[in-house]
Amino acid sequence: MHPAYSVIFFTTASGAGYGLLALLAVFAGLGMAPTDSWFGFIGLGLATALFTGGLLSSTLHLGRPERAWRAFSQWRSSWLSREGVAAVVTYAPTLVLAIGWILLNRLDGPFAAAALVTVVMTIVTVGCTAMIYASLTPIQQWNNPWTLPVYLALAAHTGALLLVALTLAFAAFRPIYGELALALLVAACLVKFAYWRSVDGEAPRTTIKSATGLTKFSSVKLFEAPHTEANFIMREMGFQIARKHAQKLRAIATLLLFCAPAIGLIVILALTREAHVLALVVAVLAVVSAGVGVATERWLFFAEATHVSMIYYGGRP
Amino acid sequence: MTCLPKEASPKRLGLVIDLDTCVGCHACATNCKEWNGGAMSAPLTDINAYQAEQRGVWFNRVFSYEAGGRDADARTVHFPKNCLHCETPACVTVCPTGASYKRAEDGIVLIDHDLCIGCKLCSWACPYGARELDEDVGVMKKCTLCVDKIYNTNLPEAERVPACVSTCPTQARHFGDFNDPDSSVSRLTRERGGFDLMAESGYRPTSKYLPPRPGKKAAAAQSMKPLPPAAPSTLGASPLLRWVDRVLSR
Repeated sequence: MHPAYSVIFFTTASGAGYGLLALLAVFAGLGMAPTDSWFGFIGLGLATALFTGGLLSSTLHLGRPERAWRAFSQWRSSWLSREGVAAVVTYAPTLVLAIGWILLNRLDGPFAAAALVTVVMTIVTVGCTAMIYASLTPIQQWNNPWTLPVYLALAAHTGALLLVALTLAFAAFRPIYGELALALLVAACLVKFAYWRSVDGEAPRTTIKSATGLTKFSSVKLFEAPHTEANFIMREMGFQIARKHAQKLRAIATLLLFCAPAIGLIVILALTREAHVLALVVAVLAVVSAGVGVATERWLFFAEATHVSMIYYGGRP
Repeated sequence: MTCLPKEASPKRLGLVIDLDTCVGCHACATNCKEWNGGAMSAPLTDINAYQAEQRGVWFNRVFSYEAGGRDADARTVHFPKNCLHCETPACVTVCPTGASYKRAEDGIVLIDHDLCIGCKLCSWACPYGARELDEDVGVMKKCTLCVDKIYNTNLPEAERVPACVSTCPTQARHFGDFNDPDSSVSRLTRERGGFDLMAESGYRPTSKYLPPRPGKKAAAAQSMKPLPPAAPSTLGASPLLRWVDRVLSR
């Protein structure tokens, strides 16, 4: 599948934004977050900027961006529509949480309730994003039981790294943030490895024989394509990456998204008692590394996915 | 509404494509472009139409496959493909705007070009590659089963069939109602063993394909005797010896 940069930015940025928002809301609800107005403003602001930017960038790949509002109408059947609705609904509890945190310095009672609703809505929204891909049966690598957990886990992992950097910047870091981030990192890593293992081990569900129905012949192969130039289907679905590059890029993604930030978190947890500034620098580096890593991971999620319609063009399923 | 009609449609219109008689002439694709370039899907944009890197929207695409390798019944199978107007088309249900719909009355799958945002998700959801983006207009386009021709009362009744069907010189394409057991498409499907493309997709295509008949060559191959070994060549021998060979061979 063709990896559109707007969609890669959308899914990774909004994932990190919703991850950060969810964790801020979790700690706010538990009374374990700094009630400082500025921290609330920057934290919720950064999260909102990330997922809003992501949502806006997702409209860039539309043929008719000015009609994007119509996408809210078909939530009964369409995961894309559900995602749009969930994303808009999420702004409401986030706003209530922001009012309590920034204006009133209160995170109790109704504001704790708003925090709880926020957590639920972020999970629903990221889940809907994942289901857009996971529900597409023609794309075997996406129509996989691990797609949904991968999206949720990576959103939580990247959001947690942002939370660590943010709390260090406000000198409000607690070891529990770092420990949770490390736990989420390990979980995300395990889930992503399970995904790769699953897609690598699955045999193609369709063959050129079942696609053409020419099952009685000993072999079927493309003799002549319908036209000499690439068409929309071939450009959109036919993007394929050489296997050896895919393996290298998986290693790079693993290194940047999981290994480097893991070392960073361990260093931060060891450092924070003495060297605050150094810990902050390490945290920012971990965020940058994970950012590049998750973009690579998402690029691969598209580039490694094969669309079944390419079988008709002689492609591999 | 992109939910599918709750009840089965009274009519199920679709095509039967005969892989035995199709000669791969591309007339269906050409006439499809001709009709739909001027009908409700217009414009069917072509970009760089007269130079390198042409790209444009076509509803019909004709593939050719080499089937059977070196077997006795090996052959070239020409394979026209367009939207199959599935019974459970996920291309419709994934549509976030309501632009895509399946008609309750006859099962035709259509796009309302005024509602489409060009998100391409429907093209991802179609396992048959039947939906294409019109880059110029920014919306998705697809085969309409010539809905603006088959119901067109300005046309003589005999012409009220899809453009690809009326133009086919070998009558490899048939149009009709699959709910009517006596229609030509139902009969052909029954008698010739019509099948679904990629049945495992679960989309339940309405349109069917007819398999190539067993070839005469395959039957003949059973009774054919191997050729006798070729006579030793006299090429390279001297002109005199070749003359002697010719004389003695008379």
